Amino acid sequence: MRLRFSRRSPGADVLIELRPAGFDPYAELQRYQTETLGHAGKYGATCSFVGTMRDFNENETVRRMFLDHYPGMTERQLERIAEEAKTRWRFLDALVIHRVGEILPDQPIVLVAVWSSHRGAAFDACRYIMEELKSRAPFWKKETLALGERWVEKNTGGY
Amino acid sequence: MSIRVRYFGSLREKMGRVDDILAAEDIDTVSDVWKAVSEGEYLPDRILCAVNMDYADPDAPVKDGDEVAFFPPVTGG
Repeated sequence: MRLRFSRRSPGADVLIELRPAGFDPYAELQRYQTETLGHAGKYGATCSFVGTMRDFNENETVRRMFLDHYPGMTERQLERIAEEAKTRWRFLDALVIHRVGEILPDQPIVLVAVWSSHRGAAFDACRYIMEELKSRAPFWKKETLALGERWVEKNTGGY
Repeated sequence: MSIRVRYFGSLREKMGRVDDILAAEDIDTVSDVWKAVSEGEYLPDRILCAVNMDYADPDAPVKDGDEVAFFPPVTGG
């Protein structure tokens, strides 16, 4: 699933992808910056966040996880969040990659990266996209424990 | 009137199905949709609603052809 939304406005470009298989966020960053991102010489700041699956949660060992989503709505809400960020901060480009499906401990779940001229917009827009994603993007985690399964009830606050 | 109702996350398991197609005529709002699929229950506070893939309040109107979804708080990232 790949959704490049592009130069329809004078603002930033944003690429949002949902991935059914594992990905290397650092290779993705490098590839995006080398092959897709324009603005050479224009950006002075890159802020990235990588979320990785833990092998524990709420005092239990977690063996693996299933990440459910709502195809169509998930992408649309991520677009909305990115568009909001564009209205609040002047950044040049952003990349959001999020896993769906079966995930194992130590595998990356999410990458958010923002490129801007100066660090303030990159830091703030990256944080905004990540926090809004946690509270608004339709994903649901189901954990497999040593004994049985459980749905994660809610995300913890990020601040 | 035909409305597709979809369920996600733990709610899908609780409902025991992924979706319903509602054909009832006396449905005006998201709350009405919930009552129709849950045998008259009130919508639990924690359950979130969407109409055509955008978040919606329980009193939001629905019309023929809409897709309505119910799901628990999101836990991505």
